[in-house]
Amino acid sequence: MNEEKAHGMFGASGSGDTSGFGGLVRSSVSAGASERPYGGYFDDLADDLERAYPAFSDAIERVVVDRGELTLFIKRDRLFEVAKILRDEPTLRFEMCLGVNGVHYPDEVGRELHAVYPLLSMTHNRRVRMEVAVPESDPHLPSLIELWGGNNWHERETYDMFGIIFDGHPGLTRILMPDDWPGHPQRKDYPLGGIPIEYKGATVPAPSERRAYR
Amino acid sequence: MSTTDSYASSRETTEGRVYSVTGGDWDSMVTEIGATKEERVVVNMGPQHPSTHGVLRLVLELEGETVTEARSGIGYLHTGIEKNAEYRTWTQGVTFVTRMDYLAPLFNEAAYCLGVEKLLGITNDVPERASVIRVMMMEFNRISSHMVALGTGALELGALSPMIFAFREREKVLDIFEMISGLRMNMAYIRPGGVAQDLPENAVSKIRETVKELRHNFKDNAKMLIGNSIWIKRTKDIGYLDLAGCITLGITGPVLRSTGMPWDLRKTEPYSGYENYNFDVVTTDTCDVYGRFLIRMQELEQSLRIIEQACDKLDGLQGAPVMVSDKKIAWPSQLSVGTDGMGNSLNHIREIMGESMESLIHHFKLVTEGFRVPAGQVYSAVESPRGETGVHLVSDGGTRPYRLHFREPSFNNLQSISAMCEGSFIADVVAAVASIDPVMGGVDR
Repeated sequence: MNEEKAHGMFGASGSGDTSGFGGLVRSSVSAGASERPYGGYFDDLADDLERAYPAFSDAIERVVVDRGELTLFIKRDRLFEVAKILRDEPTLRFEMCLGVNGVHYPDEVGRELHAVYPLLSMTHNRRVRMEVAVPESDPHLPSLIELWGGNNWHERETYDMFGIIFDGHPGLTRILMPDDWPGHPQRKDYPLGGIPIEYKGATVPAPSERRAYR
Repeated sequence: MSTTDSYASSRETTEGRVYSVTGGDWDSMVTEIGATKEERVVVNMGPQHPSTHGVLRLVLELEGETVTEARSGIGYLHTGIEKNAEYRTWTQGVTFVTRMDYLAPLFNEAAYCLGVEKLLGITNDVPERASVIRVMMMEFNRISSHMVALGTGALELGALSPMIFAFREREKVLDIFEMISGLRMNMAYIRPGGVAQDLPENAVSKIRETVKELRHNFKDNAKMLIGNSIWIKRTKDIGYLDLAGCITLGITGPVLRSTGMPWDLRKTEPYSGYENYNFDVVTTDTCDVYGRFLIRMQELEQSLRIIEQACDKLDGLQGAPVMVSDKKIAWPSQLSVGTDGMGNSLNHIREIMGESMESLIHHFKLVTEGFRVPAGQVYSAVESPRGETGVHLVSDGGTRPYRLHFREPSFNNLQSISAMCEGSFIADVVAAVASIDPVMGGVDR
């Protein structure tokens, strides 16, 4: 789980004290696996997926229901199969994928890079989120262009920004940054950059260098 | 090429002969190309081109006037807003996201704020008056955005007058924005928990007048274009993309509705109380540029209907709050629009500077540090003028977004250029691009 600790002068946790001296250690834990019943249509959805995809328990690492949204954490080598079932099964029918987006969790060793796919079923007016984690050292994922052609540019953007490599993509090149750009800007270890501002002899450091509340 | 202009020249490359054309030298280029046996020409249209809606670059492979391959190059307006927002508080995020799709700033703000509110778990605490104002502002924004789409779209196809009319109407909408928020674009007006400030006095009656005016003036463009045989020849059966194509490419908005699919998030997943308004989802079944044009024209009237209903609701909500009551989230400074734009209200300044030390501390802490958002992730979406604007927000429990990602409809829809344009004439590429209505600020973010 995402157990993150931050040290420093600023920030409070637990208490309402925001003086900056209340808590010197902060830990944040992301939502753990949810237990049934999930509520709403989520139970039906999980049942339907389990029926159509017998290897459900092996392929789905965990199911998270948080803030009225359903997230399926999927093993990467099963991603394509699960996605295909989600798209094609009449009771599921997630015919639209709203792209893919990366999130970088440097503290989750071995699962640093997450790819997040929001799916939409227009037939049933339902949404679900697929999430896959890959290690930074081996950032490979299967491309889902074959299922949803519109993921082409989204996968290129995620490659550009996070360095996740989508195997099977017909032309995985940078899309927003220049072709010869070094590094992947949205990773957490990539600095924001910027120029220090000088004002009346004093210098205000660039945004990522400033003292900040955590 | 027989020219001394160093910018208008030709040179050999590994990909074939490359010609740079700067205008006025077409004849010599045509002569030179005519002399070669090569029939296939690759033309780079943009990124600086009057009909590409900003800095869009189209790479077109031509055989004669027919486009055999069309690819688009983007990224010329990438500003790193998503990265920047990770270093700013949740409230400051509004100021950043409003600059993404700069023709629909209020939709970016609304999608973002709905996401933050969902993360905070205060979706149901947002006061009704704030939601009504949001809806009204968004619908005005839809009008101003559609006006640019129609005006520039017509302009690019050679029709000047519709552009004049469209911008005349857009100006009226921007005046409303200025009256309410103090700014004409990028207003950062919708804030987590509500809106930045209440409507000024007499705003509703001014809005009602404007609605009347707009409804009357929209007829000018309708008369000019609907049924116009030249317009129909340039747009009918152009940029064809059917439902299957739209679904696989993830296309939403007017392009999807031009296939006859009545998909509109305001109806299917109502937010901000859209379920309480009467309006129709406009569709056509022609799958072409003309159909998309008709949809935008008719959506104007639907937006006016919503605004009128919002005005009625606002009359009944006089004096109601426009920000959540939780003082740990609500922006402390009471803003007001003065003669020189938006600023802190003088009453608030008097309170924090002269009357209450606690108010000052509270103000300072919230403005500099911001509020904490419980860890987790959400996806929230609104129906922008171009389709589904989705926001994926991740919080680690801190005062700043851990990750903010916009699923921009322009970015996604632009992928359909190849499907719409290959096989058509080069002149129709312009019509197809205009019908997608991409805004490069949103595409590149």
